[in-house]
Formats: sequence, structure tokens, C-alpha cells
Amino acid sequence: MTKTLLMASTLLAGLAGAAQADTLRLLTWGGYAPEDVVAMFEAETGHTVEVTLSNNEEMIAKLRATGGGGFDLAQPSQDRVMGPQMEFGIYKPMDVSKLNQDLFIPSMLKATMANTTVNGDVYGVPHVWGTSGLVLNTAEAGDVVKDYTDLCAPEVAGKVSYRLKRPTLIGFAFAMGEDPFAAYGDEAKYREIMEKVEAKLTECKANVKTYWGGGDELMNLVRSGEVTASMAWDTGGWKLNDDNADITFVAPASGALGWIDTFVLPAKGQSDDAAYAWINFVMQPEVAAKITAAAGNFTASAGADEFAEAGLKAKYQASFPPEAVDNIKWYPPVPAGLEAIEGEVLDRVQAAN
Amino acid sequence: MTPDLECVGLVKRFGDTTAVDNVSFSVPPGSFFSILGPSGCGKTTIMRMIAGFLDPTSGDIRIKGGSVLDTPPNKRPVNMVFQHLALFPMMTIAENIGYGLRRRGMGKAEIARKVDEALDRIGLPGIGARKVDELSGGQKQRVAIARCMVLEPDVLLLDEPLGALDLKLREHMKVELKALQAAFDTTFVYITHDQSEALVMSDQIAVMNAGRFEQVGTGQDLYYRPDTPFVAGFIGESNRWKGRIEAVDGGQVQLRTESGLAMRATGAGLAQGARAEIFVRPESIRLASSEDALSGFDNRLQGTVTSLLFNGAASRVLVEDDVGETLEVTLPQSGEFSALKRGDAVHIGWGAGQATCFGAG
Amino acid sequence: MRSQSRIAFYLLLTPLVLWLGLLIVIPHIDMLLISLRERISFGVYDRSLLQYEKALTEPLYLRTFARTAVMSILATAITLIIAFPVAYYIAKMAKGRLQQVLFLLCLIPFYVSELVRTFGWMILLRETGIVSNLLQWTGLADQPVELLYTDATMMVGLVYTSMLFMVVPLVTTLESLDDSVIEAGYDLGGNGFSVLREIIIPHAMPGIVSGCIVVFMLSLGNYLTPTMLGGKDSLWFTEMIYNQFIVRSNWELGAAFGFMLLVLSSVIVWGMLALTGRTLKETMG
Repeated sequence: MTKTLLMASTLLAGLAGAAQADTLRLLTWGGYAPEDVVAMFEAETGHTVEVTLSNNEEMIAKLRATGGGGFDLAQPSQDRVMGPQMEFGIYKPMDVSKLNQDLFIPSMLKATMANTTVNGDVYGVPHVWGTSGLVLNTAEAGDVVKDYTDLCAPEVAGKVSYRLKRPTLIGFAFAMGEDPFAAYGDEAKYREIMEKVEAKLTECKANVKTYWGGGDELMNLVRSGEVTASMAWDTGGWKLNDDNADITFVAPASGALGWIDTFVLPAKGQSDDAAYAWINFVMQPEVAAKITAAAGNFTASAGADEFAEAGLKAKYQASFPPEAVDNIKWYPPVPAGLEAIEGEVLDRVQAAN
Repeated sequence: MTPDLECVGLVKRFGDTTAVDNVSFSVPPGSFFSILGPSGCGKTTIMRMIAGFLDPTSGDIRIKGGSVLDTPPNKRPVNMVFQHLALFPMMTIAENIGYGLRRRGMGKAEIARKVDEALDRIGLPGIGARKVDELSGGQKQRVAIARCMVLEPDVLLLDEPLGALDLKLREHMKVELKALQAAFDTTFVYITHDQSEALVMSDQIAVMNAGRFEQVGTGQDLYYRPDTPFVAGFIGESNRWKGRIEAVDGGQVQLRTESGLAMRATGAGLAQGARAEIFVRPESIRLASSEDALSGFDNRLQGTVTSLLFNGAASRVLVEDDVGETLEVTLPQSGEFSALKRGDAVHIGWGAGQATCFGAG
Repeated sequence: MRSQSRIAFYLLLTPLVLWLGLLIVIPHIDMLLISLRERISFGVYDRSLLQYEKALTEPLYLRTFARTAVMSILATAITLIIAFPVAYYIAKMAKGRLQQVLFLLCLIPFYVSELVRTFGWMILLRETGIVSNLLQWTGLADQPVELLYTDATMMVGLVYTSMLFMVVPLVTTLESLDDSVIEAGYDLGGNGFSVLREIIIPHAMPGIVSGCIVVFMLSLGNYLTPTMLGGKDSLWFTEMIYNQFIVRSNWELGAAFGFMLLVLSSVIVWGMLALTGRTLKETMG
């Protein structure tokens, strides 16, 4: 009897699902769509989820290549929404009324929506946030490296690694006493700052063991002890902390760089309903906590802290004393044209001998 | 006179197999020496040892009296014409012929002169600039020989070089090779499995079988006076029987074949009662329409024609005798038997001197 | 009958035309058009040669371009020098089973993806890696040795990746060289060196040229090996193209770089054929 009921209900559920089932093609980061969350979502809504893992640059390149097609929901960082939208028109406006706004931390939601508004339309809402700063072996480099520029100190020569990407430029600029974000609107000023950073990075090059490209590569370098001081994401440091208590994430003196990864709708997305459903689903505190566990970063979900793992909270608090939280530099939207300047600087640094 | 090439007690073993088994021979200067044998008899092994590509297991190879065992192939005064000629396809004809001279460090002008001379010698003047694949089979043949001869080797080795040619050209090249050898006046050592090539061209022929020399001699020696049953069977065609000696009478023997045929034959060193093998060539058997015409022959038979095998000058008749054996008999082309047909009764006969007999263990 | 064979002809032709057209010709035309425009403002573009001007006047781009070309040529030369004896041994000295086994050995590295192969090298050569530990254990080094992130390491990686593509054409051409031709070379007075120079190499020339072309193209177009093994100083031209397209979203300059690479490889392949006096037809067919 119970068996029949169960079968009937699954059948019904299946039918109901079939009636409105969509495939959600999600373009996201590793850890943002853990398998158990996907399974829960599929069971609850009947939609199926296809996950494609990527990073900021590749997400934008992919959407640009198809004019915003091929995916129904993407997750670029909030500073990468406005510029690409104005340039390539790869996103579509988001109907915020379809979202349960109570699920979001209000300040973060407001800031993100403001940062992703183009011509009065809102294009993004926040999901996961985190910072980048220093990942150190505190026993070996803790006394020397307090800020990004300390990576160039002779004591850590040959034991240093960072990325040749824009966060490094921005971080070094802050550590050198500049405010690149304030110069976003002034191209000449920004170029001047970047030229200073270029000189510093060129000088620093001899100190660097290698420029890391992927997270796993950096983890291997630090775990094996080949690198003792690096510029990286907070989660990387906390993960390594599990293996070696000496290694952890340290917010640099000039301030960690804060990023927020968003939800955006690609211009040619075909299942917006499923996309909104996914956002509402993953922003629930219990689900958001699962994502925090998988990705290692906190989310913009209000109340998810309660469900977060105690160990991670402890690490977060150790890395971010209250004054350090206030000192986080959040990335504002990147104006067009700046990335060309940065690109030339990065190329020249890499080619320098 | 010192022989140009001399092999003494030459042995070559590959693992358990003995490819060349204690072979000795010498080749006098300016002669054309052939080694004739079926494939796998070891003749190519001998040639490769002389050229230096293989080291003999034991024995010695001497050229103009001096041992060359310690001389590498590129220093031996011996050159080789390979089975498929092995012309260098990446070079022109002139470069092919000049290759060895360049290796000797000869000046360009002199090489050019020598190459032209060699091309004249082989009757192909002015083809120096051509590519190898633009030549016909016969022309390639001559170029391959010229390429060796410009080096004026003491001995020229030829490894079945006519094998790849068609029949007509092969017949022609036999004559030409002999003429070239005479023109260059160089010692040729020629290996082949084709007895006609060996017989036509050679001053001396060694018949080789299973790693050993069976007999060394002129073509006539091998043909008329074979030393061993192998040579008798290998050179030319033969009717052969196995039998038992019934009586010995000087150089001649009286014997009876297994099928019961009584016959007189020639053979040395045979005792009464010994088992023997008898060889009679088809061309030694006289065909006649009456028995009277055969009164001079030691062996006479009567039989029926079962088949006519027409092959021009080499036409044969198959004759079945009283005891049911079939003999091959050469059909004379004198016109006498032009009306012969299947089923005709004929008489055949041959002399004891033409029936060669060997003891058969 | 006639119309049937015509249908068969078109059936066979269609995939080729589709392949060439859709996957090669059309994307290249598109790339060319992209490379010939200049961004004016948001979504507004103009025809211009600016990208090529930038690519040809910025010393960094030119230096990377030249460096990639020279290193690829060097990698090709080293691959040839190492592969030739290997191929000669496989084609001429090894017999029967051994020949097959050796050939298979050359193939084995290609059972795994290039990424895994490159990671393999990194595990071997890194400071805390196997080779470094081995050197310390044997006493040849008294502290960890970093073998990664140098041009030499990158060269090793490039040569290793390209080896098979040199060995296969060489083995094929060398196998077609009749042993007796080599013997004739010795018999007529040649020594090892002159036989190699006058007979074996000229005969193997088609294999050498086609192997070199393939290896050169592979090295020039390689992305993973230079970026992963080369480390901080090794900017490879493909990496610059990737950066322009993906990281900087500057498709215009990326497309211009792509065309420069295409022209470079065409010129060098043409040069290689001209130098050896061969035509593409002889070499490939």
C-alpha cells in the first residue's frame, strides 16, 4: 500500500516536473554548486542543472563569443558586470521582484545592485564573497611579510609566488600608498599609478619563484614548502591551515581586497524561471551554509552564519580582526579601458628580465 | 701466379645452423667464377663474407695473396653489384658512378673524366645528368657495374644481378656481362641460382649445396662429368632411376632399376650389389623408328609416345616403356620425326657412356 | 552508373568541404575581420590597421614573437637530433618484436593528456620533487635543487612532447631505405659519416622535412608546456594570444596576433621547404 502510494507520488512528481521542467545551464566557479545542493534543487523543483566551471575572464569570453547565449545563469564578480554589459551587452536585466530579497544581507544586496546598474536596470545580485590577501607560512615569513610589498623583501627571496593578474596590481598599488580605486575615473592618474606598480613588480621579479596560474598550483607550492609567502584568496590559506597550522591567510596591512561574485542572467538565457528558482533556493541559510562548506567562502545569505562550520568561522575571525574587516577594499566596477592599461603592464612585467 | 681471390676452410655458423661449411676455392686473375646453387645453399653468405659484411666463423679470405679478414668493407679492394643493384636513388648517374672516387678524395675534374670514361665503356655516354629512375633495367645494370669498376677493384662480386630482369633482357645481359668482364679484364665472382647464367658466362663454376661445394669445374665438366648425384641432377635435365649393381666390368656396370629395367652405365668405385642412382640426359637418348638404327647403343628400349612437349629447340617426347616407366627424350628438329604423334610406337637407345651412375649410400 | 559515381563523389567531397569551410576558412575570415578593427567606444568599432601597428611597434610583442619563433626552431632542431638515432635504431637495427616494442614505447607518453604529462614533469623536477631528492640522496647536491621554471626545462618539455611526431615520419622513410643501398655505400668506400651524409640523410629528407614541419608547428602552437614548465620569464606567443582573447577581452589584438602567428609558421615552413629544395607535394604526398 505504502509502496503504491510512493510510486504514485513519484510518478505525479515526475509528471508535475515534466510539465514545467527546465534545464538550468549554470556557468559558475568551483564549489558554488556542490553536488548535494544540485540534487536537492532538482528533487524540489524538477529542473535539471548542468554546471560548467570557469573563472571571471573565461565566463565573459564565453558569453561574449555567443552574444550571451549557451548559459542561463552566470556568476562573474560584481566589478565585471557593468563594463562588459556596456561593451558587449551580454546580460539581461534582472527582475528583482522575482527574488526573495529577505534572504540577502541587505547592505550587500544594495551595494551589489548599485554596482551592477546600467541605464537604470539592475543586472546582478550578490552570492559569494571573499577577499584576497596574503597566504603565509607564519613560522617562516610571518615576521617579514605584513603587506604585499613585503613579498619583495630579501628574506623571502625565491620563496614567493603571486598571480600576474589585476588583483596583484591593485594590491601592490594600495600597499604602495596609492588608491587605485579612487583613480578609476582618471585614466592618466591610473596609468601613473600602474607605472609605479610596474616598476615595483619588475624589481620584485627576482624574488618570485613562479607566477601561479591556478589555485591547485599555488596550494602545491605552499604545501610543499617551496613557497612561504604568496598573494592568494582567503579560502586557500584556510584550507592549507588544516594541513599545516603554520600556514594561514593574513589580511595585509593596507587592507585585503574584497570581491563579491554575483548572479547575472546571460542575454540569451532560456530558462529565467529556473534561474530565479536557483537563486532563491541557494540563498536559503541552510543551503548557503552547504555552499560555504564546499567553496570555503561566506555568502550574502542572511542568517547563514548560524549554520556555518565552527572551524571556518574561527579561521575567519583569526584572519580578520574587526579593524581588518573595516579595512577591506571592495572592488568597484571596472571602467572600460583600464584593463588595457593593466594588460600592458602585466605583459611587460612578465617579459622583463 | 697468385690467385685474385682465395678462400681457405671458410666456415660460417649462425647459432646452430652452419650456413657455410668448410669451403675452399681460389679464383685466378681475370677469370669469371660463378657460385651456383639453390636458394638457401649459403652462396650469398660466402659473398657477404668476401665483401666484409659478415665475419667468417673460421677460415681465411685472401685477396691477391693477403688476408682481408681485418679489413672493413669500405677498405677492401672488392666491390659488389647487389641483387637489386642498390643504385643511390638520391643521386644522378654521374654522382652514383663518382661516389667511390669522391670517397677516395679524388679531384672533381678527374672524377668527371673518369665517370665519362666509364659511361663510354658501358656504352651509355652522356647520361650522367639523368636520375636513376629514368633508366631502363639493363641500363641500370650497366651503371651498377660501372659504379664498381671505376674503383678498379681486384675482385668484382655480383649477387644475382640479373634476377630482376625479364627473360629477353636477361639473355642479352648474359652476353653483355661476359663482354664487360673481358673489357675490364677484372676477376668476377658471380653468384646465381640460374644454371644457364652460370654456364654461359663462367670460366669456372662451383656448384654449392647445403653449405658445401659439390664440384668446381668448367661448364663442360659439370655437364658431362658430374662428380655427385646433386650436380648431375642440378645441372641440366635428367631421367633418373634408383637401382642395384648386378655386375662390374671395368668402368662400366650392369645394373637393374627398381622397376626392373636392365641397363649398362658408367660409374667408378661401385661394387656388385651396391645401391646406385642413374642419370641419363634427354638429349643423350636417341629416338628411332626401328630397332636396327640403335644397334650401336648399349641400352635399347621400345615404347609408346604418351606426350609431345613442344618448346622449339628444347622440344621433348615422353615415351612409356614396357615396364610402365616414362622417359623424357629430346625430339630432334631435323624433320625426321615431324610426323610423330601420341600413341606411336618408337625405339629409344643410349650408350653406357651417357648413363652416369653414382653409389647411393 | 555514371550518375551514381557522381553522387558518391559529392558524398565524399561534402565532409571535406564542410570541414574546411566551417572549421577553417570561415573562422579565419572572421578572425581577419576582427583583427582589422579598432574599438571607438562601447560597442562601436571602426576599420583600422591599429592592431597590427601596435603588434609591430611594441617591442614586447615583437620580442615575444621572435623568442617564440627562435625557441620553436631550436626545439625542432633538438628533437631532430635526438629522434634521428632513435628512428634509425627502430627502423634499421631492431628486428621483429623489439622493433614493435620500441615503437610502442615512443607512443606510451601519448596515452595520457598533455596536461597530465606536463604535471608529470612538474612532479619530477620541482624543488621538492623526485629528481631533486635523488640528487640530494646521492650526495650530488647538498640542498634542494629547483629544476623547473627555466628555458632549459621548457625545452625538455617541448622536445618530449614532439618526439613521436618526429620519430614516426623518420622511421617510415628510413624503413623504405633498402639495406643494400647502405651496404653499397660502405662497399664503395664510404665510412659511417659519409654514408649518413650522402645516402641516409638525403633519403630520409622527406621524413625529416615533414617531421620538422609538424614539430615546429606543435612547438609554436604549444600553450601548456611553456606556461607550466617555463615559469616566470617564459612568455610564449600563444600565451599572449590567450591573454588578449580571454583575460583582457581584447579580441582585436588577439586576432592580429593570431594572424601574425599564422604568417610566421607559413613563412618558416615555406623557408624550410625552399632550403631543402622540396615542394609541399613531395613532402606530404
